[in-house]
Amino acid sequence: MKLSYYPGCTLKNHAKNFEDSTLCSLSKLGIQVEELPRWNCCGTVFSLATDDLIHHVAPLRNLIRTKESNSDKVMTLCAMCFNTLKRANERVKSDPESLDKINDFMYREKIKYEGDVKVLHLLELLRDEIKFETIAQQMVKPLKELKVANYYGCLLVRPQEIGIDDVENPTILETLTTVLGADPIDFPYKTECCAAYQTVDKPEIVAERTYHILTSAQSQGADVVTVSCPLCAFNLDQRQKETQKQYPEFKNIPILYFTQILAIALGCPEDTLRFDLHYIDPKPVLKEKGLI
Amino acid sequence: MRINLSRKKIKDPFVGKVEELSGQNLLACYQCGKCSAGCPAVSQMDILPNQIIRYAQLGLKEELLESKSIWICASCFTCNARCPKGINIAEVIEALRQILLRKREDHVKVDKLSDSEKGDVPPIAIVSNLRKFTS
Ligand code: SF4
Ligand code: SF4
Ligand code: SF4
Ligand code: SF4
Repeated sequence: MKLSYYPGCTLKNHAKNFEDSTLCSLSKLGIQVEELPRWNCCGTVFSLATDDLIHHVAPLRNLIRTKESNSDKVMTLCAMCFNTLKRANERVKSDPESLDKINDFMYREKIKYEGDVKVLHLLELLRDEIKFETIAQQMVKPLKELKVANYYGCLLVRPQEIGIDDVENPTILETLTTVLGADPIDFPYKTECCAAYQTVDKPEIVAERTYHILTSAQSQGADVVTVSCPLCAFNLDQRQKETQKQYPEFKNIPILYFTQILAIALGCPEDTLRFDLHYIDPKPVLKEKGLI
Repeated sequence: MRINLSRKKIKDPFVGKVEELSGQNLLACYQCGKCSAGCPAVSQMDILPNQIIRYAQLGLKEELLESKSIWICASCFTCNARCPKGINIAEVIEALRQILLRKREDHVKVDKLSDSEKGDVPPIAIVSNLRKFTS
C-alpha cells in the first residue's frame, strides 16, 4: 500500500521521535509512505470565526498537494494538524460558496480544490485499513507488563463530527495497546485538555493541568503515558520541570508517542525511538520491563 | 459584582456581531451550566462559560471584553461537545477574542516574550499561540 503523508512542522524537529518511530513501524507493516511535496504549515488551529476564510487556505493547499501527487487521501500524525486539515476540509465540503472564495484566493494553483481528498489520522489507518490483526501478526516483542495510560487530549476526538472515536470515552488507543500485549489503564483525565498553546505565555496553567493529568494516571498504576500530539507531548513531558517546582511532591513519569511503543513491539531499532528528545528518560522503565 | 442591565445594551450591535462571528444563536442557551461544569479552565476564569453566554445575550460588552476568561479558554471544545442545546460556546469566546484582535489589541506581544519563552517551545506551540492571541 502506498500512502501520502503530511508531516507538519513540529514532526521535523521537536517531534522527530514521533515521525521516525512511525515511519519505521509503517515500513514493518509493508506500507510505503510518500511525504507530500511542497507541504506547508497548516496553521495549527482551525479558524473558528465564520467570516475568516483566509486561514483555511493553508490547510487546503496541502490537500491540493495531495491531489498533485495523484492521491485522494492523506495521512497525518499530529493531532492538531489532523484536526485543522480535516475541519477545513469538512467546512468547504458543506459550504460550496466558501470553497469558491477560497479557490479564488488560491488562483495561482494549477488545480482547483473540490473537497475530494480524505484526511486520515494514522490511528484510523491502523484500525480501518491496515487492521490491528496485521499488527498482531507482525509483532516481535509483546509489551508484557507495561502499564500504559493513553492520553487522547482534545483534537483527536473533538468536535464529534471529525473525531476518530467516541467523543467522551474513546478506546481506540486502549485497543491498540492491548493488541501490543501491554496493559492499558483507565483514568478520568484521558480527554482533558493540557492547556495547549497557553504553554508559551502562561506555563503555570499547563503545569497545573500536567500535574492533575499525570498524577491521575499514576494513581491507576501507569508506568508510562502515551500521546499523539507534539504539543501534548511538550506539555506533559518538558513541562514536568515546572510541575515539579509548583508541586514538590510530584513524581516524574515518562511520556511516549503511541508510535514509539508500536515501534518497540514491531522490533524497530532504538535509534528510531529518539529518546534523546525526551525530558523524562523512558529508558529505565523500558529496560526494567525488558523492552529495550 | 454589580451588573447594570438596560434595553440599550441588549440592543447594542455588539450582540449581533458576536452572533455573526460565532455563527451561534445566543438566546438558545437556557443556563443549565453544563458547559461550565466540564470546562477544565474554570479555576482560572473570572466569568464562567455559561455566564459568558448570558452576558453576551445581555450585551454586557465591557465586562466580556475585559474578562480574563476569554484568554484562558484554550478552545478544547469540551463545552461544545456537552451543551444540550448544541451551542458552540468555544466559537462565542473566539468571537469575543476576535473583536479585540481585529482592533489590533493583541493579547501576546511577540517582542515582550523572553528568549526562553520563544526558544524552548516547539513550533506548534508558537504558531498556535500567535494564531489565537495576536491579530
Ligand atoms: S499543527 Fe504543527 S505541527 Fe501540525 S503543521 Fe501545523 S504547526 Fe505544524
Ligand atoms: S490536549 Fe492540549 S495540546 Fe493536546 S490536543 Fe488538546 S489542546 Fe491539543
Ligand atoms: S451548556 Fe449550553 S445551554 Fe447549558 S449553559 Fe452552557 S451554553 Fe447554555
Ligand atoms: S473550549 Fe474553552 S470554555 Fe469550552 S471547555 Fe474548553 S476551555 Fe472551557
